[in-house]
Amino acid sequence: MKRRDSLKAITLSSLGFAGLNPQISAAESIMPPDVKPVKIPGGRQKFEAERDAKLNADKFFTPHELKTVTVLGDIIIPADAKSGSASQAGTPAFIEFMMKDQPQWQTPMRGGLRWLDNVCTKRFGKKFADCLKAQQIEIVDEIAYPGKAKPEMSQGVAFFNMMRGFVATGFFTSQMGIKDLGYVGNTPNQWEGVPADVLKQYNLSYDE
Amino acid sequence: MDVPQIKKAAKVYDVVIVGSGAGGGMAAYQLSKAGATVCLLEAGGYFDPADPKYINQLKWAYESPRRGAGTTRAFGDFDAAWGGWEIEGEPYSAVKGTEFHWFRSRMLGGRTNHWGRISLRMGPDDFKRKSLTGIGEDWPLSYEDYAPYYDKVDDLIGVFGSKEGLRDAPDGRFLPPPKPRLHELMIKKAGKSIGVPVIPSRLSILTKPIHDRGGCFYCAQCGRACQAYADFSSSSVLCIPAVKTGRVTLINGAMAREVITDPKTGLATGVSYVDVPTMTEQSVMGKVVVLAASTCETARLLLNSKSARFQNGLANSSGVVGKYLNDSTGASRGAFIPALMDRKRYNEDGVGGAHVYSPWWLDNKKLDFPRGYHIEYGGGMGMPMYGFGFGMEGRNSIVPGRDGKPKAAGGYGADLKDDFRRFYGANIGMAGRGEPVPLESNYCEIDPNTVDKYGIPTLRFNYKWGEAEIKQAKHMQDTFEEIIHAMGGIALGKKPGPETNYGLEAPGKIIHEIGTARMGNDPKTSVLNKYSQAHDVKNLFVVDAAAFPSQGDKNVTWTILANSWRTSDYIIDQVKQKNI
Ligand SMILES: Cc1cc2nc3c(=O)[nH]c(=O)nc-3n(C[C@H](O)[C@H](O)[C@H](O)COP(=O)(O)OP(=O)(O)OC[C@H]3O[C@@H](n4cnc5c(N)ncnc54)[C@H](O)[C@@H]3O)c2cc1C
Ligand code: SF4
Repeated sequence: MKRRDSLKAITLSSLGFAGLNPQISAAESIMPPDVKPVKIPGGRQKFEAERDAKLNADKFFTPHELKTVTVLGDIIIPADAKSGSASQAGTPAFIEFMMKDQPQWQTPMRGGLRWLDNVCTKRFGKKFADCLKAQQIEIVDEIAYPGKAKPEMSQGVAFFNMMRGFVATGFFTSQMGIKDLGYVGNTPNQWEGVPADVLKQYNLSYDE
Repeated sequence: MDVPQIKKAAKVYDVVIVGSGAGGGMAAYQLSKAGATVCLLEAGGYFDPADPKYINQLKWAYESPRRGAGTTRAFGDFDAAWGGWEIEGEPYSAVKGTEFHWFRSRMLGGRTNHWGRISLRMGPDDFKRKSLTGIGEDWPLSYEDYAPYYDKVDDLIGVFGSKEGLRDAPDGRFLPPPKPRLHELMIKKAGKSIGVPVIPSRLSILTKPIHDRGGCFYCAQCGRACQAYADFSSSSVLCIPAVKTGRVTLINGAMAREVITDPKTGLATGVSYVDVPTMTEQSVMGKVVVLAASTCETARLLLNSKSARFQNGLANSSGVVGKYLNDSTGASRGAFIPALMDRKRYNEDGVGGAHVYSPWWLDNKKLDFPRGYHIEYGGGMGMPMYGFGFGMEGRNSIVPGRDGKPKAAGGYGADLKDDFRRFYGANIGMAGRGEPVPLESNYCEIDPNTVDKYGIPTLRFNYKWGEAEIKQAKHMQDTFEEIIHAMGGIALGKKPGPETNYGLEAPGKIIHEIGTARMGNDPKTSVLNKYSQAHDVKNLFVVDAAAFPSQGDKNVTWTILANSWRTSDYIIDQVKQKNI
């Protein structure tokens, strides 16, 4: 079978070949003994593993900001009959990581959260996360629809577009989101073409 | 000097090769199989797609903390390229008002670990541009010279495709192609209705296992490099087997500085390099030196190899080294296909690349630009990765909601969540890849003011697109819209116009750079002869795309492989005849 063949190739070719390479041991031997090396996961370069370790140790969001991101995220992608909410899929932690990984997002994100809190404080006397659900929705309704929003809410619209994107990526790239979406690949298989019922549905065939 | 270094200096290899990508890998493979002792210098680290240390294949988006974003790897977190558009401590520059982007991979196998596997032969006319059109340059060789080598490359490495009998896109010795995906069938049908041919792609992916390598198991992730060796990477298919002959000494972390020459004979005697892990200066000696550091790096090496005898740089009596640099043109457009909404789910990963493409189908004599292009396609229900869902506010008001009523763009909540499901897999992308006209005025040279962290003088680029390329991009954009409309699709974003050169990508961005040490019959206007042998230095060869006078609209790697094999055969022949 195809799959077994390829697995055979995997084990055959991974038999210690890299270990023969003298440069690798040379590179390892020049590391000063007192530096504790970061464990390098498979598929990562050393500098990437070290960078990730550093990013994971840093914190970007304040507890209040993280709470706001969580509340807003669950408004954007709530739980429904098919799957859980953005926060249940771990989206806030992903967004936290991205702020450190790609710092160009920090100002629009932090500033956007403050913009939101400021609008809520003016209107309801409370920051967004502390507002009543109905109050939160009232504000969200004013920034979630770019075509309908009032000009004075334009910064909020831009912020919400960014947030919608991050929450969508965070949710749909999670295990829960991928299952919800119905992506069924990333596994060894045999591609035999589009299933017959789908061809029929689209009035297409392989014979033309 | 300590003892081992003296020993090392004493050894003279039959051949020293710089670079282990497509060109260097093929030369190392052929020359070592023929019995030569080879020293293969590779600036980057060791890489084997089958070693778990390096494997990203079959990882899920959520196994990356950035969900696959390209923060440290230009083509995504799981991509197999170590390097990118910028490499720390290895700068390059461009003359003001010009632009060039230089993608480098620093690893065994170079950029072939993550390349697109699009494996096209150049056609007969591609070798004869000057005779046929009056502009550009002819190769000193013809398609007939390369045909047997293309055949051998097909057999050794494996490529799928279909026999079409097209003059400009010659057939190869193909493995069976995978069937088109759903959106690809729709593109094919649309193409037929407007006269754009859509045929099976030609990719170096094993739809049937050959030579002890595994067969493709359809994960769509060739860009991550295949642990079953079911796609072509120079590391897995050429370099590692070459090392197994026992005649190849592979030195990773060996950043070549200069080609060393004998001041008396003017012949190459070896290569000096920086040993990256120890940052020490080293050298290796060889009877023949083969450069394959990639087009621009090979030019850099030649230009930096200055001596009293070669004051202009090595092999540069013509002054042509670095000149005629050219990259494919590229322009693209995306579309949303309403008919693909609410699709039935099934695994349509397929191979790592499109299953169909459009070879150039028109006659340039009837058009206002002199060279053709082909179209590559994208789309389908792929694994959601970083970027998924961004920009939904530009999409979800285009069509009515499930209830048939118009929708406001953007939104939130259960309704928005449902939109992501509905729109999944309903987009396609199209990318044109065209032949540029090589110009003397597009070149790279040594930057007089800058060195890299190894103290090696760096490259400065000077590159501008001409009218020919801009008009070609305009034609691409018109074609894309025609195809989209024929599919009943909706083009996304604004149609790129003159303000952006019709979306023409900046020079270098398509990563098919060639031409900086071109071959030719006249030593005054070319650097190499038709065997990729330097006119000025008979034991110096170039086996990457620096040697190419032009590139057709055929992504260059298959021709690099064929030419490197042909050059290797010539080296073996010349050594046997005691000419070098
Ligand atoms: C994302 C992507 C997709 C692509 N898709 C396609 C495609 O579908 N079809 C196609 O035909 N082409 C494609 N290409 C282009 C293809 O990768 C190149 O044409 C090909 O790899 C060039 O081979 P090469 O041997 O010239 O150089 P490379 O593959 O770049 O190898 C050069 C090697 O030399 C080493 N080196 C450089 N400088 C030195 C030095 N000073 N000393 C020692 N070693 C050195 C490098 O580390 C590298 O390993 C793609 C490229 C990219 C980046
Ligand atoms: S698509 Fe096929 S060849 Fe490419 S990586 Fe997956 S299994 Fe390997």
